[in-house]
Amino acid sequence: MAKPKNGQVDRRGFLKGAAVGAAALVATPAAAQAPQQTTPPTSPQGPPRGAAGPSAAQLAADTGEPPPVSSRLVQNPGSDFMVDVLKTIGFEYVGANPGSSFEGLHESIVNYGQNKMPELLTCCHEESSVAMAHGFAKIEGRPMMAFLHGIIGLQHASMAIYNAYADRVPVYIIVGNWMDGAERANGVNSYHSAQDMAAMVRDYTKWDDEPVSLGHFAESAVRAYKIAMTPPMAPVVLVVDHDMQERPRTQTNLRIPRLTLTSPPAGEMGAVREVARLLVAAENPQINCGRAARTPNGIKLLVDLAEALQAPVNGGGDRVNFPSRHPLAGSAIGEPDMVLNLEVQGGPRSTGGRTKAVSITSGDLFLKSNIQDFQHMAEVDIALGADAEATLPSLIEEVNQLITADRRRLFQERGAKLAEAHRLARVQAIEAGAYGWDASPVSLARLAAELWAQIKDDDWSLVSWQGFISGWPGRLWNMHKHYHYIGGQGAGALGYGAPAAVGAALANRKHGRLSINIQTDGDLNYAPGVLWTAVHHQIPLLTIMHNNRAYHQEVMLVQRVASERSRGVDRIHIGTTLTEPNIDYAKMAQAYGMYGEGPINDPKELAPAITRGLERVRRGEPALIDVVTQPR
Amino acid sequence: MRANHQLLAAAVTAAILLPFAVSAQTPGAGAQTAAATGDARNGRQRYLDYKCYACHGYSGQNGPGTRLVPTRMNMAGFLAYVRNPRQMPPYAANAVPNRDLADIWTYLQTLPRSPAAKDIPLLNQILNEK
Repeated sequence: MAKPKNGQVDRRGFLKGAAVGAAALVATPAAAQAPQQTTPPTSPQGPPRGAAGPSAAQLAADTGEPPPVSSRLVQNPGSDFMVDVLKTIGFEYVGANPGSSFEGLHESIVNYGQNKMPELLTCCHEESSVAMAHGFAKIEGRPMMAFLHGIIGLQHASMAIYNAYADRVPVYIIVGNWMDGAERANGVNSYHSAQDMAAMVRDYTKWDDEPVSLGHFAESAVRAYKIAMTPPMAPVVLVVDHDMQERPRTQTNLRIPRLTLTSPPAGEMGAVREVARLLVAAENPQINCGRAARTPNGIKLLVDLAEALQAPVNGGGDRVNFPSRHPLAGSAIGEPDMVLNLEVQGGPRSTGGRTKAVSITSGDLFLKSNIQDFQHMAEVDIALGADAEATLPSLIEEVNQLITADRRRLFQERGAKLAEAHRLARVQAIEAGAYGWDASPVSLARLAAELWAQIKDDDWSLVSWQGFISGWPGRLWNMHKHYHYIGGQGAGALGYGAPAAVGAALANRKHGRLSINIQTDGDLNYAPGVLWTAVHHQIPLLTIMHNNRAYHQEVMLVQRVASERSRGVDRIHIGTTLTEPNIDYAKMAQAYGMYGEGPINDPKELAPAITRGLERVRRGEPALIDVVTQPR
Repeated sequence: MRANHQLLAAAVTAAILLPFAVSAQTPGAGAQTAAATGDARNGRQRYLDYKCYACHGYSGQNGPGTRLVPTRMNMAGFLAYVRNPRQMPPYAANAVPNRDLADIWTYLQTLPRSPAAKDIPLLNQILNEK
């Protein structure tokens, strides 16, 4: 929390704390208040000048027996039971920027719960809390929690929630609220409260509830987890009353429902058989993947399907769906006559009737009206409202049953051509990697190649998006495990990169994986405090800055507009670049207590700097190397 | 920046790449033989001012734009293309004068070419990995 300026109280709870304190005094029974009300103020300087001697009542108060237990002490607060529920569900971590609306839960986590399962992670921004949970879930396959402070915390977090929603990632959010308008203090408590707190994010969350009792909390907490984890996965929100956290637990028959996850919906068998028939009959099929491989087994299933058909797989950029160096990784040669889209959002508006198209996506089962993430209405011949990974086993089985010896021979010929195309594409990528090899600033291909040389023998994990770095890791590295790459923001909003990388690195830590974050400069500047979180919680992560000193995509886009209007392009740096002054990211890292090095302009200095950074990371620390790069 | 422009940028990228296409297998080939008649020093400054680097890299050969080093067009072709490109955004004479374009073209001739991939051990090592 930032220090208050000029003696002003901070937004988070000090005003509110004073208000609650006053309220508590008013609510305290008269007998307990009497000594406080009658005891004269004391000071180190002695009694006030001219004060009279103590009255009989004051003397009695000072020398008499105090009440054995203050009536303000709370036994068995409701938030302890909430922690029991959260432990039962099995959360490992909760990220939070502290706030008074969930102070009861906060205290119960760190004291009653011993700060284990879940452990509280100190975050410097609510967007960081949620984005960390976003990155964590993509590695671990299950949610991390974020606690948010009332309306203000939820608004800070809202962009990260939308990113996770668009990326089909489960994030578990608890928001504090003061529900009882009669008890709620004026001032900040009221500013931070809402009648329908979750309304502001309901367009891009899957489910929310605001339980009114502890029993209700237990049921909704388990239900929320179950819903978040059922494809299509998405964030869920529980709004938790401040006073319910604080009040003593009075119910004696509270129970925590057993959690049983819902089996992902698989495709209807009649439709699956028809898809198999089309695939086996196709001369030039193409398999496209969005977020198809939900689990590590999804990658294996896609390999099985592709190899059975000898069909090319476009693995997409959202997950590792298919091994990057598999001979069938790539696109069809020429126009495909059959396209299978697996968990691809949107799709071709029309295939012109020449290409059969099939869509398998759980996204068809859950759409909302306002946010337009559903994209264009894809024209397909068969649409299966089902989870692709859950449907793949039956689809593979049906395909295998339909393949005759003749088709198998044809498939093998096709596979050989695709393997050769894959080999050539790889050679071309290597040749393109040489462009600007010795240039300064450093080329992104060289950055990726130098990194790969030093991590390829580790159990590594790229925890950042590669869209802004021209996809060089995917072109040069051997990505074949689910944690080798976790895709991007989801909704394309900056501010995701740094915290999601830290969250993913947190998930990788217990597996002993080496986490690598190629970090864009524009993204880091949204909420750089997450660097401190990584240091404070000892999360090993090597961050390599892709420091092109700009919001570079906008440089190109504004340049295009200006040139099309013939107005000149010499001013398009205004509002798009991050220069004058240049930002010193090594010093930024150092300010947060992290090893920081750079800026590196000479490509020959890059490999030794990576070595030094990796030494720190392999010891369990985060480290940052600032590399000044070619724009793309 | 809002990355919902990614698709648009990809389209721009593809658009810029196509017209100048230089064989990926022949870095260093296609050496420019036309005599440099502009001012390379001014060309460097104009290359930066007009943000040519945004799509073509500071190196003239990195990024979504096509490789400009080595340049396959002569100066006349270069000027004509920039005024009426098939793919990349058009630049009118009032925005980028001919003199500056000539200087930029001259500057491009001075930029160092890249080594061939076969001469870079690190890239060869990656290529030979399974």
